[in-house]
Amino acid sequence: MDWQDEGAILSVRPHGESSAIVEAFTAGHGRHAGVVRGGASRKIAPALMPGAQVALTWRARLDQHIGTFTVEPVTSRAAILSDRLALMGLNAVCALLHVTLPEREPHEALYAASVALLDRLAAGPDWPSDYLRWEAKLLEDLGYGLDLGRCAVTGTRDDLAFVSPRTGRAVSTAGAGEWADRLLPLPAVLLGQGRGLPAEVVAGLRTTGHFLERLMADLGHRPLPEARRRLIEALAGM
Amino acid sequence: MAETARDIEALIDLMARLPGLGPRSARRAVLHLLKKRGGLMAPLAAQMAHVAATAQDCAICGNIGTGDLCDICASDRRSEAEICVVEDVADLWAMERGQTFTGRYHVLGGTLSALDAVGPEELRIPQLVERVRSGAVREVILALAATVDGQTTAHYVADALAGTGVTVTSLAQGVPIGGELDYLDDGTIQAALRARRAF
Repeated sequence: MDWQDEGAILSVRPHGESSAIVEAFTAGHGRHAGVVRGGASRKIAPALMPGAQVALTWRARLDQHIGTFTVEPVTSRAAILSDRLALMGLNAVCALLHVTLPEREPHEALYAASVALLDRLAAGPDWPSDYLRWEAKLLEDLGYGLDLGRCAVTGTRDDLAFVSPRTGRAVSTAGAGEWADRLLPLPAVLLGQGRGLPAEVVAGLRTTGHFLERLMADLGHRPLPEARRRLIEALAGM
Repeated sequence: MAETARDIEALIDLMARLPGLGPRSARRAVLHLLKKRGGLMAPLAAQMAHVAATAQDCAICGNIGTGDLCDICASDRRSEAEICVVEDVADLWAMERGQTFTGRYHVLGGTLSALDAVGPEELRIPQLVERVRSGAVREVILALAATVDGQTTAHYVADALAGTGVTVTSLAQGVPIGGELDYLDDGTIQAALRARRAF
């Protein structure tokens, strides 16, 4: 069996002395792992960095096998390495995709959003709001999407300021009433309005984090990745 | 005879666990040692037993030595003003091969890893900060891998050292000696271009 696809590398682990097990988020095959023969070599290792865009050919005798990848670099996104905050963003993206996505299940829309975010990380500093919206997209793709179209209480589309921690639906200021302190924040940036200040992005990440924790609990997993916590700390300190 | 063969097989099994050796190459190595029992095998075994009994991590830098302090930390010819931070002892040895650096080292014992859940508390970062605060250190040189984990660790260490007054630098990244541009990946070329200097 074999296929060809393009993907972003999520993780690289040594396999023996000269090979590597590479996990990539591909367009048509989702999160998929494979062995790269000679992946620890000086020639191939630089192309196998988390976040790098690569063309992949996967081959295995049976579909159940881990199989082998042949990798060709497409875009390295190496500029991220020298940017402290972007590197934290990259680590958070790769770690979240690694722990939340099921293996070998295509998520084409999420893939497109993830690649676009990785490109934004490498392009400059205006990406934190994109990262927040990417987390909302991740939740949506995995069945935990937020319903931010109208207020769950009053039905209005205006003055939406909160999210119900139970249902994930938006709540307006009027609809929240005395329950406001029990609701999650809904900054305008999470509604797709503007780029938002770092504090607004952090507030939005508190909301998406609540539902990511629920997703992780349902997956029977560990807590959210440490890389995400470090990113939020850095954004909060800006 | 069978007992002897079992002992030799056990030796081959142990040798095969070494990096770079598989069962076949371990067998060849053991056979070579057996042929040179007096001249090579016995001194090798004696030296291995001696090092196994005396080797320990340096109390200051984490390098491996045969005393409380490694030779570098014990030397009064090495500058205390510069500390080179490396991931592990193999990197320290690589730096020493260059015969250029005259300062001292600090071995972190790994890098931060998002996926392997390696956090700062698993590395020797607090000891580095303590060392910088308590000593005459003027510059910390981050000699960590140009990988995602290596550079994540470098940024973290730089943050941890902020406020200590020390200058934090990192090794240059770019075209290696003997390297041809056509064979370099685009990330290396980007880094080299950003780090260009007057010629």
